[in-house]
Amino acid sequence: MTDLRHISVRVNGIAYTCTVETRLTLADMLRHELGLTGTHIGCEHGVCGACTVLLNGRSARSCLMLAVQADGFEIATVEGLAQSNGMLSALQQAFLESHALQCGFCTPGMLMTLTELLAETLEPGEAEIRERISGNICRCTGYQAIVAATLLAAERLRQRTGAV
Amino acid sequence: MKPAPFDYHDPTSVEEAIGLLASHENAQLLAGGQSLMPMMNFRMVAPDHLVDLNRVEGLAGIEVDGSTLRFGAMTRQRDIELSPEVERRCPVLREALRHVGHCQTRNRGTIGGSICQLDPAAELVNITALHDGTLQAESPRGIRRLSLGEFAIGYMTHALEPDELLTAVTLTPWSQDHGYAFIEVSPRRGDFAVVAVGILIELDENDVIRRAAIAVSCLGPVPIRSAVVEAALAGETPSHDVLRDAAIEIGKLEAVSDAHVTAAYRQHLARVLTYRAFECAVTRARARRTA
Amino acid sequence: MAAKWFGAPARRKEDPALLTGKGRFVDDIRLPGTLHAAFVRSPHAHARIRAVDATVARGTAGVHLVLGFADLPESLRKAALPLLVPHPAITQPFMPFALAGSEACYAGEPVAVVVADNRYIAEDAASAVTVDYEPLPAVSDCLTAIEPTSALTHADAPSNVAANFSLNHGDSGAAFTGAAHVFADRFHIHRGGAFFMECRGIIATHDAALDAFTIYLSSQGSHRIKRAMLDVLDLHDNQVRVITPDVGGGFGPKAALYPEYPSVAACAKLLGRPVKWIEDRYENFIATHQERDQWWDLEIAVDADARIRGIRGRLVHDSGAFVPWGVVLPWIAASTVPGPYVVPSYNIDIVVALTNKISTTPVRGAGRPQGVFVMERLMDRVARELALDPAEVRRRNFIKPEQMPYPVGIMFRDGRPVTYDSGDYPASQDKALEAADYASFAARQATARREGRYIGIGIGNAVEGTGLGPYEGATVRVSETGKVIVYTGATPQGQSHKTTLAQIAADPLGLSYEDVTVATADTADIAFGMGSFAARTAVNAGSSVHLAAVEVAEKIKRIAADMLEVSAGDLELRDGFAEVRGVPGLRKSFREISAKSVGMPGFSMAAGATPGLENTSYFTPEQSTYANGTHLAEVEIDIETGQVKILRYTVVHDCGRVINPMVVEGQVVGGVAHGIGNALLERIVYDNSAQPLSVNFGEYLLPLATDVPHVDLHHMQTPSPLNPLGLKGAGEGGTIPAIAAIVAAVENALSSFGVTISEAPISAQRIVELLGAEALGRTR
Repeated sequence: MTDLRHISVRVNGIAYTCTVETRLTLADMLRHELGLTGTHIGCEHGVCGACTVLLNGRSARSCLMLAVQADGFEIATVEGLAQSNGMLSALQQAFLESHALQCGFCTPGMLMTLTELLAETLEPGEAEIRERISGNICRCTGYQAIVAATLLAAERLRQRTGAV
Repeated sequence: MKPAPFDYHDPTSVEEAIGLLASHENAQLLAGGQSLMPMMNFRMVAPDHLVDLNRVEGLAGIEVDGSTLRFGAMTRQRDIELSPEVERRCPVLREALRHVGHCQTRNRGTIGGSICQLDPAAELVNITALHDGTLQAESPRGIRRLSLGEFAIGYMTHALEPDELLTAVTLTPWSQDHGYAFIEVSPRRGDFAVVAVGILIELDENDVIRRAAIAVSCLGPVPIRSAVVEAALAGETPSHDVLRDAAIEIGKLEAVSDAHVTAAYRQHLARVLTYRAFECAVTRARARRTA
Repeated sequence: MAAKWFGAPARRKEDPALLTGKGRFVDDIRLPGTLHAAFVRSPHAHARIRAVDATVARGTAGVHLVLGFADLPESLRKAALPLLVPHPAITQPFMPFALAGSEACYAGEPVAVVVADNRYIAEDAASAVTVDYEPLPAVSDCLTAIEPTSALTHADAPSNVAANFSLNHGDSGAAFTGAAHVFADRFHIHRGGAFFMECRGIIATHDAALDAFTIYLSSQGSHRIKRAMLDVLDLHDNQVRVITPDVGGGFGPKAALYPEYPSVAACAKLLGRPVKWIEDRYENFIATHQERDQWWDLEIAVDADARIRGIRGRLVHDSGAFVPWGVVLPWIAASTVPGPYVVPSYNIDIVVALTNKISTTPVRGAGRPQGVFVMERLMDRVARELALDPAEVRRRNFIKPEQMPYPVGIMFRDGRPVTYDSGDYPASQDKALEAADYASFAARQATARREGRYIGIGIGNAVEGTGLGPYEGATVRVSETGKVIVYTGATPQGQSHKTTLAQIAADPLGLSYEDVTVATADTADIAFGMGSFAARTAVNAGSSVHLAAVEVAEKIKRIAADMLEVSAGDLELRDGFAEVRGVPGLRKSFREISAKSVGMPGFSMAAGATPGLENTSYFTPEQSTYANGTHLAEVEIDIETGQVKILRYTVVHDCGRVINPMVVEGQVVGGVAHGIGNALLERIVYDNSAQPLSVNFGEYLLPLATDVPHVDLHHMQTPSPLNPLGLKGAGEGGTIPAIAAIVAAVENALSSFGVTISEAPISAQRIVELLGAEALGRTR
């Protein structure tokens, strides 16, 4: 007898309900039940970080959570970073200008991790940025452009908020 | 790499959780999931019943109770890392947590989950050993308290009964100006430690060691406290020779080998990291004493 | 024509979709009715397969099909997968079957395939398939494999040697007799892998009405996969269409045809529904091709002035259980050894060994990192023995730019003699040394030592054959709307082809690159293609795009001239119009010209005119074009723990003319990260029974952001004389010299202890072992 549960989640501000097998991972639910394929699966054992989403604002590996555990949560994925009119977030825009992505597969996880960082501080140093993304593996860029993009985004956000 | 099927339970109270453990065979507890889910995804474990503790009320939280710090078993590692009380009273715990995985894993990982997993490299187990921490467990038969020595009975094996739940971890931080250090060597940031050393030290006003504690992880299944070394340090001034001799003694402890790391390297690291950690702890003790 | 876009740091056209989660990787593609596959794989490195029992699996709810070897269609049972690069030197061309029939030869080899409603159920059922194995002795390393007493990788084969050949140039006897110095050493480069972030994946669908397959595949070359699938399924021409969508990294192994692909296709045809298989990371560790894994025994003979007289020796190369890439990989490694140096005699015997492990095929660098590693270790040995500066030893041996084109004297894997076409090797090293403050390093090192710190510096020089043939093609087409589309078989996995090729097409057509759409890797769009590997796309596809765009530009002008009744020479192309120079109102739009170009029903075309506003060109290079680079690594070693920190990393990189500097910089820095992994972290471990022991990202260590330093990159641009745009490849140059430079730096840091290093990766544990009692440091 398949173990099923009915759950409700909010993803990028939109409410969803679905009935899922209890062993379905959160990553698979986002990708295949909700059709939000921006969150990627890279390892399914919690090391590569490609599946990183924000759960009630906190970064987490969606491959290590069951969908049923997310019942009642607010989830933020890469699809929700840009505004509804298409304008990219400061971080996404900085990635684009800095060539901070090549194949793009690790990128959604990177963006969610760094979005959390920039919500905590607008003055991250290079070492702090590298430390924070040490849980997100990139095989293409060598990380340099990602760090540069994050510093650029932080600077722009500081200017926007008027922070020194 | 999808997990095998199971029946899922999400109790909302400790009683309910214990009841589920008591009435179901081949049940696993799901805490932060950072260790269990990978094993389930690899199908290295395949429980028939998964008891999810994340909705159980009253299992998370940090309490300061006089001289002790009490952590509910489901307290997230990240919350401990960011706690001002922890920073103030038990800074070595925070220093150790910086080495635990990555921010994303600490957001979900729990102190209870790490302690029950008993990975030989687990930083939280080291800190518990270092402080002679007490573990509280609850079962249908009531509450009991165990030392780490009573709790850890083998390689990644704890002494809890199948219907018993770890509910809290209590540490007694050392005096306000104690010195501390936690150092580990790992291949990369956030990796499992190859060897980790935690140290606490108290110096009196004459710079003499009042007491010292050292916990060395990864030589065997659980962190080792060396009563001999700790006793020898008491009453000594922390000179280079004294610290070096302590390090040499620690370096003689037996260590295990595996496919990736030799016993000899572990012993070597235990020796050099002990020296470094003591040096750092002493420096901090002196600074905090005069501050 | 003004080159406005060539050379510009244009922002990528790929990014808006990828940044917003709208990428289309294979697993993102959802076709109605899709079923999901999982494989049953041999747990033994070597075993006879006696029986496959799928009864329980077939009876599981949600399972649609289970196939063992006996259930495969005839074409998949009678022949193994095709060897795409055969060579007469290969005496035992073992290739896998789609499913192993009677013998499994590596742990992870597919034995059966299960298709179910979803992957969860497919895995449940796969674990219920029982296979009766008779384990056989397994061969776990290539040195043991070639000994006469070794067990056999393939039980009924006469030996474990797949090929044995040599590269020879010059007279080694004369070179070594009478040499002032001869030094010998053994080198070992450990197995490693590509470990792209997106695992492999395929969706196969079969249209019964057309009797044709459509295959979506995460690959590095749709056309080659198509050809191989036609071969193995006994089909022809448009009975197979292969589309490669977005690919999350390739680095080499996604170029090959793997057993899973025809198996999944066979399932799709039997079921009449799309079947999707997405490799999971555990499978990626055991069933995707790996690389490196070589033992070299070499001698170098030099005169009293440290000038090379000759190099000779033997390379034993671990091919794994099969030879899917023939002997290309060891060939490349061996022919890379001479590098930028004059090597009057070079003789290397190459033994390609079969072992019971997953096969080795090119991974970023493709054998060249190993060739550079051994050469640079030998150069440092000469420097050490003769008490000379390592940079000076190299300087004395460089091929000079005035010697170009320079015949090295051996054959390259492209079938042509290795002839360096252009490059200034001395200038490259000089520039790197200056940028890295090499001259002051000795003083820095001495100061550090007084402070109890151990720093070292290392040099890696490399010459790299790029832009390999046989061709890549492009169709440049002005569509009905006046917009330009480029179709090409180039198959990007992050190299930004959709941007760089648009930049190339834009200039002759007078457009913004934003108005050029590049469509890649669909075999229905263009007849022939090869794919993106071996740093070949800029040269091959770039040249084709350029040639085709120039032709189309000419045609636009011809037709517009006719329409406007002016001469073609009076016209210039700007922003989608052909306009008379100096007379802005007198012009025709591409849209109008396109309409004119297809003619009208019943009316004759103009004399000599061909229909349409398009051109297809296939650039076929005569030979590879040789890029080069110099890496300087500066490291600090904690001698008590053995940990290595890279303080500074400098790269001088010459890939000819640069289409997009941001893209090249990204490729180089990414390549360096890969090299750091090979030098310090990445090691695939097998036990003595050839059981894989590194099967997750906790055991196999990829470089993290905290492991890769800032890379200081300097460009040189020596244009290639071998293609119209002067391009050379840029995809691998970041990796190729890196292992050599980093290991050299580690050795240099430990030089006061007399430590020498001939292996990679070098771990902290190994460094402590080599230091012995010195590593006790202050606890001595």
